Amino acid sequence: MPLIGCQHCDGVVEEPWVPDGGSAICLRCGGTLFRRRRRTVEVTLALAMAAAILLIVANIYPFLAFELQGQTSETTLGSGVLALWEQGQYAVSALVFLTTMLAPTSQVVLLLYVLAPMHFDWPTRGAALAFRWVEKFRPWSMMEVFLIGVFVALVKLSDMAEIMPGIALWAFMLLIPTLAGALAFLDTEIVWRRIESAK
Amino acid sequence: MSASSSPLGEFHAQCHICNLVMSIPTDAVRARLGCSRCGSMLHRRKPNSLMRTWALLLAAAICYVPANLYPIMQVTSFGYKQSDTILSGVIYLFLHGMWPLAFIVLVASFVVPVLKILLLLVLVYSVQNRSQWRPRARARLYRVVEVVGRWSMVDVYVVTILVALVHLGSLATVEVERGAFFFGAVVVLTLLAAQSFDPRLIWDQIENDDER
Repeated sequence: MPLIGCQHCDGVVEEPWVPDGGSAICLRCGGTLFRRRRRTVEVTLALAMAAAILLIVANIYPFLAFELQGQTSETTLGSGVLALWEQGQYAVSALVFLTTMLAPTSQVVLLLYVLAPMHFDWPTRGAALAFRWVEKFRPWSMMEVFLIGVFVALVKLSDMAEIMPGIALWAFMLLIPTLAGALAFLDTEIVWRRIESAK
Repeated sequence: MSASSSPLGEFHAQCHICNLVMSIPTDAVRARLGCSRCGSMLHRRKPNSLMRTWALLLAAAICYVPANLYPIMQVTSFGYKQSDTILSGVIYLFLHGMWPLAFIVLVASFVVPVLKILLLLVLVYSVQNRSQWRPRARARLYRVVEVVGRWSMVDVYVVTILVALVHLGSLATVEVERGAFFFGAVVVLTLLAAQSFDPRLIWDQIENDDER
Protein backbone atom coordinates (compact mmCIF):
# COMPACT_ATOMS: atom_id res chain seq x y z
CA MET A 1 0.00 0.00 0.00
CA PRO A 2 1.34 3.47 -0.82
CA LEU A 3 1.83 5.91 2.03
CA ILE A 4 -0.43 8.89 2.40
CA GLY A 5 0.16 12.00 4.45
CA CYS A 6 -2.26 14.17 6.38
CA GLN A 7 -2.21 17.78 5.22
CA HIS A 8 -3.46 19.03 8.55
CA CYS A 9 -1.19 17.38 11.10
CA ASP A 10 1.59 15.64 9.14
CA GLY A 11 0.69 12.13 10.19
CA VAL A 12 1.77 9.44 7.70
CA VAL A 13 -0.35 6.33 7.25
CA GLU A 14 -0.65 3.49 4.78
CA GLU A 15 -3.42 4.37 2.37
CA PRO A 16 -6.66 2.75 3.54
CA TRP A 17 -9.17 1.28 1.12
CA VAL A 18 -12.14 3.61 0.81
CA PRO A 19 -15.36 2.90 -1.13
CA ASP A 20 -16.27 5.17 -4.02
CA GLY A 21 -17.82 8.38 -2.70
CA GLY A 22 -16.34 7.94 0.76
CA SER A 23 -13.67 9.89 2.59
CA ALA A 24 -10.75 8.90 4.77
CA ILE A 25 -10.41 10.85 8.02
CA CYS A 26 -7.14 11.27 9.88
CA LEU A 27 -7.31 9.40 13.19
CA ARG A 28 -4.92 11.79 14.85
CA CYS A 29 -6.39 15.22 14.02
CA GLY A 30 -9.79 14.50 12.46
CA GLY A 31 -9.00 16.27 9.17
CA THR A 32 -9.94 14.78 5.79
CA LEU A 33 -7.09 12.74 4.29
CA PHE A 34 -8.71 12.34 0.89
CA ARG A 35 -12.06 11.85 -0.80
CA ARG A 36 -12.33 8.81 -3.02
CA ARG A 37 -14.06 9.57 -6.32
CA ARG A 38 -13.18 6.84 -8.77
CA ARG A 39 -14.87 8.50 -11.73
CA THR A 40 -13.33 11.87 -10.90
CA VAL A 41 -11.86 12.52 -14.36
CA GLU A 42 -15.16 11.98 -16.20
CA VAL A 43 -17.52 13.60 -13.68
CA THR A 44 -15.35 16.63 -12.92
CA LEU A 45 -14.64 17.11 -16.62
CA ALA A 46 -18.37 17.05 -17.46
CA LEU A 47 -19.22 19.51 -14.69
CA ALA A 48 -16.31 21.76 -15.65
CA MET A 49 -17.58 21.84 -19.25
CA ALA A 50 -21.06 22.82 -18.05
CA ALA A 51 -19.49 25.45 -15.79
CA ALA A 52 -17.57 26.88 -18.74
CA ILE A 53 -20.77 27.44 -20.71
CA LEU A 54 -22.53 28.99 -17.70
CA LEU A 55 -19.49 31.17 -17.06
CA ILE A 56 -19.68 32.63 -20.57
CA VAL A 57 -23.40 33.37 -20.19
CA ALA A 58 -22.88 34.87 -16.73
CA ASN A 59 -20.21 37.22 -18.03
CA ILE A 60 -21.79 38.39 -21.29
CA TYR A 61 -25.40 39.05 -20.30
CA PRO A 62 -26.60 41.59 -17.72
CA PHE A 63 -27.49 40.11 -14.37
CA LEU A 64 -29.65 42.93 -13.11
CA ALA A 65 -31.60 45.73 -14.74
CA PHE A 66 -32.75 48.76 -12.82
CA GLU A 67 -35.56 51.13 -13.80
CA LEU A 68 -36.32 54.47 -12.21
CA GLN A 69 -38.76 56.98 -13.71
CA GLY A 70 -38.39 55.63 -17.21
CA GLN A 71 -34.59 55.50 -17.08
CA THR A 72 -33.01 52.08 -17.10
CA SER A 73 -29.53 50.82 -16.47
CA GLU A 74 -28.14 47.34 -16.69
CA THR A 75 -25.16 45.75 -15.10
CA THR A 76 -22.93 42.88 -16.08
CA LEU A 77 -20.26 41.36 -13.87
CA GLY A 78 -17.59 43.35 -15.64
CA SER A 79 -19.42 46.68 -15.43
CA GLY A 80 -19.35 46.53 -11.64
CA VAL A 81 -15.60 46.06 -11.67
CA LEU A 82 -15.31 48.87 -14.24
CA ALA A 83 -17.50 51.26 -12.23
CA LEU A 84 -15.33 50.76 -9.14
CA TRP A 85 -12.22 51.37 -11.23
CA GLU A 86 -13.67 54.61 -12.66
CA GLN A 87 -14.42 55.89 -9.17
CA GLY A 88 -10.76 55.47 -8.31
CA GLN A 89 -11.25 52.40 -6.11
CA TYR A 90 -8.53 50.41 -7.86
CA ALA A 91 -7.81 48.00 -5.01
CA VAL A 92 -11.47 47.15 -4.38
CA SER A 93 -12.03 46.80 -8.12
CA ALA A 94 -9.10 44.40 -8.42
CA LEU A 95 -10.34 42.37 -5.45
CA VAL A 96 -13.83 41.98 -6.93
CA PHE A 97 -12.31 41.09 -10.31
CA LEU A 98 -10.11 38.43 -8.71
CA THR A 99 -12.82 36.82 -6.59
CA THR A 100 -15.78 36.82 -8.97
CA MET A 101 -14.18 36.60 -12.42
CA LEU A 102 -10.51 35.65 -12.50
CA ALA A 103 -10.49 32.91 -9.84
CA PRO A 104 -13.62 30.99 -10.96
CA THR A 105 -12.70 31.31 -14.66
CA SER A 106 -9.15 30.14 -13.99
CA GLN A 107 -10.39 27.17 -11.97
CA VAL A 108 -12.68 26.06 -14.81
CA VAL A 109 -10.09 26.62 -17.57
CA LEU A 110 -7.34 24.86 -15.62
CA LEU A 111 -9.60 21.90 -14.78
CA LEU A 112 -10.45 21.54 -18.48
CA TYR A 113 -6.78 21.84 -19.39
CA VAL A 114 -5.78 19.07 -17.01
CA LEU A 115 -8.74 16.68 -17.33
CA ALA A 116 -9.68 16.81 -21.02
CA PRO A 117 -6.30 15.45 -22.26
CA MET A 118 -6.45 12.88 -19.48
CA HIS A 119 -9.84 11.59 -20.58
CA PHE A 120 -9.26 11.69 -24.34
CA ASP A 121 -5.59 10.61 -24.19
CA TRP A 122 -4.34 13.76 -25.85
CA PRO A 123 -0.73 14.75 -25.48
CA THR A 124 -0.32 17.56 -22.98
CA ARG A 125 2.26 19.75 -21.29
CA GLY A 126 2.35 21.55 -17.97
CA ALA A 127 -0.49 19.56 -16.38
CA ALA A 128 1.27 19.51 -12.99
CA LEU A 129 1.69 23.29 -12.94
CA ALA A 130 -1.92 23.83 -14.07
CA PHE A 131 -3.31 21.48 -11.44
CA ARG A 132 -1.32 23.15 -8.68
CA TRP A 133 -3.02 26.44 -9.55
CA VAL A 134 -6.51 24.91 -9.31
CA GLU A 135 -5.88 24.55 -5.57
CA LYS A 136 -4.24 27.96 -5.27
CA PHE A 137 -7.28 29.72 -6.68
CA ARG A 138 -9.72 27.85 -4.45
CA PRO A 139 -9.80 30.24 -1.44
CA TRP A 140 -10.14 33.24 -3.78
CA SER A 141 -13.17 32.01 -5.69
CA MET A 142 -16.18 33.57 -3.95
CA MET A 143 -19.16 33.35 -6.26
CA GLU A 144 -21.56 32.05 -3.60
CA VAL A 145 -20.74 35.05 -1.43
CA PHE A 146 -21.32 37.32 -4.42
CA LEU A 147 -24.78 35.82 -4.88
CA ILE A 148 -25.75 36.78 -1.32
CA GLY A 149 -24.44 40.25 -2.15
CA VAL A 150 -26.81 40.36 -5.13
CA PHE A 151 -29.77 39.51 -2.88
CA VAL A 152 -28.85 42.19 -0.36
CA ALA A 153 -28.50 44.75 -3.16
CA LEU A 154 -31.90 43.70 -4.57
CA VAL A 155 -33.58 44.29 -1.22
CA LYS A 156 -31.92 47.67 -0.76
CA LEU A 157 -33.08 48.87 -4.16
CA SER A 158 -36.51 47.28 -4.22
CA ASP A 159 -38.38 50.17 -2.60
CA MET A 160 -36.49 52.73 -4.67
CA ALA A 161 -37.02 51.37 -8.16
CA GLU A 162 -38.02 48.46 -10.33
CA ILE A 163 -35.43 45.68 -10.43
CA MET A 164 -35.38 42.94 -13.03
CA PRO A 165 -33.15 39.88 -12.78
CA GLY A 166 -31.30 39.10 -16.01
CA ILE A 167 -30.20 35.90 -17.74
CA ALA A 168 -26.76 36.13 -16.18
CA LEU A 169 -28.22 35.96 -12.69
CA TRP A 170 -29.86 32.62 -13.46
CA ALA A 171 -26.66 31.38 -15.09
CA PHE A 172 -24.82 32.46 -11.97
CA MET A 173 -27.19 30.60 -9.69
CA LEU A 174 -26.59 27.42 -11.73
CA LEU A 175 -22.87 28.03 -12.00
CA ILE A 176 -22.29 28.02 -8.23
CA PRO A 177 -23.49 24.44 -7.58
CA THR A 178 -21.93 23.27 -10.86
CA LEU A 179 -18.44 24.49 -10.00
CA ALA A 180 -18.85 23.42 -6.37
CA GLY A 181 -19.86 19.95 -7.65
CA ALA A 182 -16.87 19.80 -10.01
CA LEU A 183 -14.55 20.48 -7.08
CA ALA A 184 -16.41 18.13 -4.72
CA PHE A 185 -15.99 15.32 -7.27
CA LEU A 186 -12.31 16.04 -7.65
CA ASP A 187 -10.14 13.25 -6.26
CA THR A 188 -6.80 15.05 -6.22
CA GLU A 189 -4.84 11.91 -5.38
CA ILE A 190 -6.13 10.07 -8.47
CA VAL A 191 -5.49 13.06 -10.70
CA TRP A 192 -1.96 13.56 -9.35
CA ARG A 193 -1.16 9.89 -9.91
CA ARG A 194 -2.37 10.08 -13.50
CA ILE A 195 -0.36 13.25 -14.09
CA GLU A 196 2.70 11.48 -12.74
CA SER A 197 2.19 8.34 -14.83
CA ALA A 198 1.68 10.43 -17.99
CA LYS A 199 5.08 12.09 -17.57
CA MET B 1 7.08 19.21 2.78
CA SER B 2 7.11 17.97 6.25
CA ALA B 3 9.27 15.35 7.80
CA SER B 4 8.56 12.70 10.32
CA SER B 5 10.10 9.47 11.35
CA SER B 6 7.40 6.97 10.62
CA PRO B 7 6.66 3.70 12.43
CA LEU B 8 8.38 1.97 9.51
CA GLY B 9 11.71 3.41 10.64
CA GLU B 10 12.26 5.36 7.43
CA PHE B 11 12.54 9.07 6.91
CA HIS B 12 9.47 10.42 5.18
CA ALA B 13 8.65 13.78 3.70
CA GLN B 14 5.28 15.02 2.54
CA CYS B 15 4.56 17.60 -0.17
CA HIS B 16 2.26 20.39 1.05
CA ILE B 17 0.72 20.89 -2.37
CA CYS B 18 0.01 17.42 -3.80
CA ASN B 19 0.38 15.36 -0.59
CA LEU B 20 2.89 12.92 -2.02
CA VAL B 21 4.86 11.10 0.65
CA MET B 22 8.48 10.60 -0.33
CA SER B 23 11.44 8.83 1.22
CA ILE B 24 14.33 11.22 1.60
CA PRO B 25 17.91 10.26 2.46
CA THR B 26 18.73 11.72 5.87
CA ASP B 27 21.76 13.65 4.59
CA ALA B 28 19.53 15.53 2.08
CA VAL B 29 17.19 16.95 4.70
CA ARG B 30 18.69 20.40 4.56
CA ALA B 31 18.99 20.55 0.77
CA ARG B 32 16.46 22.56 -1.25
CA LEU B 33 14.35 19.91 -2.89
CA GLY B 34 11.39 19.90 -5.25
CA CYS B 35 8.45 17.52 -5.15
CA SER B 36 8.98 14.68 -7.63
CA ARG B 37 5.29 14.68 -8.61
CA CYS B 38 4.05 18.27 -8.79
CA GLY B 39 7.33 20.20 -8.80
CA SER B 40 6.54 22.46 -5.82
CA MET B 41 9.35 23.61 -3.59
CA LEU B 42 9.50 21.43 -0.52
CA HIS B 43 9.63 22.96 2.92
CA ARG B 44 9.14 21.36 6.30
CA ARG B 45 6.67 23.92 7.61
CA LYS B 46 5.16 26.99 5.98
CA PRO B 47 8.03 29.50 6.09
CA ASN B 48 7.92 32.01 8.99
CA SER B 49 4.38 30.90 9.70
CA LEU B 50 3.92 32.49 13.13
CA MET B 51 5.62 35.77 12.31
CA ARG B 52 3.63 36.24 9.12
CA THR B 53 0.36 35.35 10.79
CA TRP B 54 1.02 37.81 13.63
CA ALA B 55 1.84 40.63 11.21
CA LEU B 56 -1.20 40.02 9.02
CA LEU B 57 -3.53 39.76 12.02
CA LEU B 58 -2.22 43.00 13.45
CA ALA B 59 -2.73 44.77 10.12
CA ALA B 60 -6.24 43.31 9.82
CA ALA B 61 -7.17 44.45 13.33
CA ILE B 62 -5.97 47.99 12.54
CA CYS B 63 -7.95 48.11 9.27
CA TYR B 64 -11.07 46.83 11.02
CA VAL B 65 -11.49 50.17 12.86
CA PRO B 66 -11.71 52.49 9.82
CA ALA B 67 -13.65 49.78 7.97
CA ASN B 68 -16.49 50.24 10.44
CA LEU B 69 -16.15 53.95 11.21
CA TYR B 70 -15.94 55.27 7.64
CA PRO B 71 -18.98 55.01 5.39
CA ILE B 72 -18.65 52.38 2.68
CA MET B 73 -20.89 54.20 0.21
CA GLN B 74 -22.89 57.34 -0.39
CA VAL B 75 -26.31 57.21 -2.00
CA THR B 76 -27.60 60.34 -3.72
CA SER B 77 -31.21 60.23 -4.80
CA PHE B 78 -33.30 63.26 -5.80
CA GLY B 79 -30.63 65.56 -4.38
CA TYR B 80 -30.74 63.86 -1.01
CA LYS B 81 -27.44 62.40 0.19
CA GLN B 82 -27.03 59.54 2.58
CA SER B 83 -23.85 57.81 3.75
CA ASP B 84 -23.93 54.20 4.84
CA THR B 85 -21.53 52.42 7.14
CA ILE B 86 -21.60 48.64 7.51
CA LEU B 87 -23.71 48.88 10.67
CA SER B 88 -26.14 51.48 9.35
CA GLY B 89 -26.71 49.17 6.38
CA VAL B 90 -27.61 46.37 8.77
CA ILE B 91 -29.97 48.64 10.70
CA TYR B 92 -31.62 49.69 7.43
CA LEU B 93 -32.30 46.07 6.48
CA PHE B 94 -33.58 45.33 9.96
CA LEU B 95 -35.98 48.31 10.00
CA HIS B 96 -37.37 47.23 6.65
CA GLY B 97 -38.32 43.88 8.08
CA MET B 98 -35.63 41.96 6.20
CA TRP B 99 -34.27 40.46 9.36
CA PRO B 100 -32.83 37.24 7.84
CA LEU B 101 -30.70 39.31 5.45
CA ALA B 102 -29.89 41.79 8.22
CA PHE B 103 -28.69 38.89 10.32
CA ILE B 104 -26.54 37.45 7.49
CA VAL B 105 -24.88 40.81 6.84
CA LEU B 106 -24.37 41.48 10.55
CA VAL B 107 -22.71 38.12 11.05
CA ALA B 108 -20.73 38.17 7.79
CA SER B 109 -19.40 41.73 8.01
CA PHE B 110 -19.26 42.55 11.67
CA VAL B 111 -18.93 39.34 13.68
CA VAL B 112 -16.92 37.08 11.35
CA PRO B 113 -13.85 39.34 10.92
CA VAL B 114 -13.53 39.88 14.71
CA LEU B 115 -14.10 36.21 15.41
CA LYS B 116 -11.59 35.20 12.75
CA ILE B 117 -8.89 37.53 14.11
CA LEU B 118 -9.51 36.38 17.70
CA LEU B 119 -9.52 32.66 16.86
CA LEU B 120 -6.30 32.92 14.86
CA LEU B 121 -4.73 34.87 17.73
CA VAL B 122 -5.68 32.06 20.09
CA LEU B 123 -4.13 29.49 17.72
CA VAL B 124 -0.90 31.43 17.22
CA TYR B 125 -0.63 32.15 20.95
CA SER B 126 -1.24 28.51 21.89
CA VAL B 127 1.48 27.30 19.50
CA GLN B 128 3.98 29.86 20.79
CA ASN B 129 3.33 28.75 24.34
CA ARG B 130 3.73 25.08 23.47
CA SER B 131 0.20 24.46 24.62
CA GLN B 132 -0.86 20.85 25.13
CA TRP B 133 -4.52 21.81 25.24
CA ARG B 134 -6.82 19.69 23.04
CA PRO B 135 -4.94 19.63 19.72
CA ARG B 136 -7.88 18.03 17.91
CA ALA B 137 -10.20 20.85 18.95
CA ARG B 138 -7.67 23.46 17.85
CA ALA B 139 -7.16 21.67 14.52
CA ARG B 140 -10.91 21.77 13.95
CA LEU B 141 -11.04 25.43 14.96
CA TYR B 142 -8.50 26.22 12.26
CA ARG B 143 -10.55 24.46 9.59
CA VAL B 144 -13.66 26.44 10.64
CA VAL B 145 -11.71 29.71 10.42
CA GLU B 146 -10.62 28.82 6.89
CA VAL B 147 -14.20 28.29 5.74
CA VAL B 148 -16.09 31.21 7.29
CA GLY B 149 -13.72 34.06 6.48
CA ARG B 150 -14.80 34.48 2.86
CA TRP B 151 -18.35 35.46 3.84
CA SER B 152 -17.13 38.87 4.97
CA MET B 153 -16.93 39.88 1.31
CA VAL B 154 -20.72 40.31 1.10
CA ASP B 155 -20.69 44.04 1.74
CA VAL B 156 -17.97 44.71 -0.80
CA TYR B 157 -20.13 42.97 -3.41
CA VAL B 158 -23.25 44.90 -2.41
CA VAL B 159 -21.38 48.16 -2.99
CA THR B 160 -20.05 46.89 -6.32
CA ILE B 161 -23.53 46.03 -7.56
CA LEU B 162 -25.10 49.27 -6.37
CA VAL B 163 -22.34 51.34 -7.96
CA ALA B 164 -22.72 49.53 -11.26
CA LEU B 165 -26.49 49.69 -11.27
CA VAL B 166 -27.36 53.10 -9.86
CA HIS B 167 -25.85 55.81 -12.01
CA LEU B 168 -28.82 57.75 -13.27
CA GLY B 169 -27.37 61.26 -13.17
CA SER B 170 -29.45 63.60 -11.00
CA LEU B 171 -32.05 60.94 -10.18
CA ALA B 172 -29.84 58.58 -8.27
CA THR B 173 -26.15 57.74 -7.98
CA VAL B 174 -24.09 55.63 -5.63
CA GLU B 175 -20.48 56.39 -4.84
CA VAL B 176 -17.94 54.18 -3.09
CA GLU B 177 -16.40 55.61 0.05
CA ARG B 178 -13.20 54.98 1.97
CA GLY B 179 -14.71 52.35 4.28
CA ALA B 180 -15.02 49.88 1.39
CA PHE B 181 -11.26 49.93 0.84
CA PHE B 182 -10.50 49.18 4.48
CA PHE B 183 -13.19 46.56 4.57
CA GLY B 184 -11.72 44.75 1.55
CA ALA B 185 -8.32 45.04 3.23
CA VAL B 186 -9.64 43.29 6.35
CA VAL B 187 -10.98 40.40 4.26
CA VAL B 188 -7.76 39.96 2.28
CA LEU B 189 -5.50 40.30 5.32
CA THR B 190 -7.43 37.77 7.42
CA LEU B 191 -7.55 35.37 4.46
CA LEU B 192 -3.78 35.62 4.04
CA ALA B 193 -3.32 35.28 7.81
CA ALA B 194 -5.30 32.02 7.82
CA GLN B 195 -3.27 30.76 4.84
CA SER B 196 0.06 31.56 6.45
CA PHE B 197 -0.74 29.74 9.67
CA ASP B 198 0.50 26.16 9.56
CA PRO B 199 -1.83 23.79 11.48
CA ARG B 200 0.96 21.21 11.70
CA LEU B 201 2.62 23.47 14.27
CA ILE B 202 -0.17 22.56 16.70
CA TRP B 203 0.96 18.93 16.53
CA ASP B 204 4.67 19.69 16.72
CA GLN B 205 4.17 20.76 20.33
CA ILE B 206 2.30 17.68 21.44
CA GLU B 207 4.71 15.64 23.49
CA ASN B 208 2.69 12.53 24.17
CA ASP B 209 0.54 11.85 21.18
CA ASP B 210 -1.66 9.29 22.88
CA GLU B 211 -2.98 11.68 25.52
CA ARG B 212 -5.24 13.74 23.31
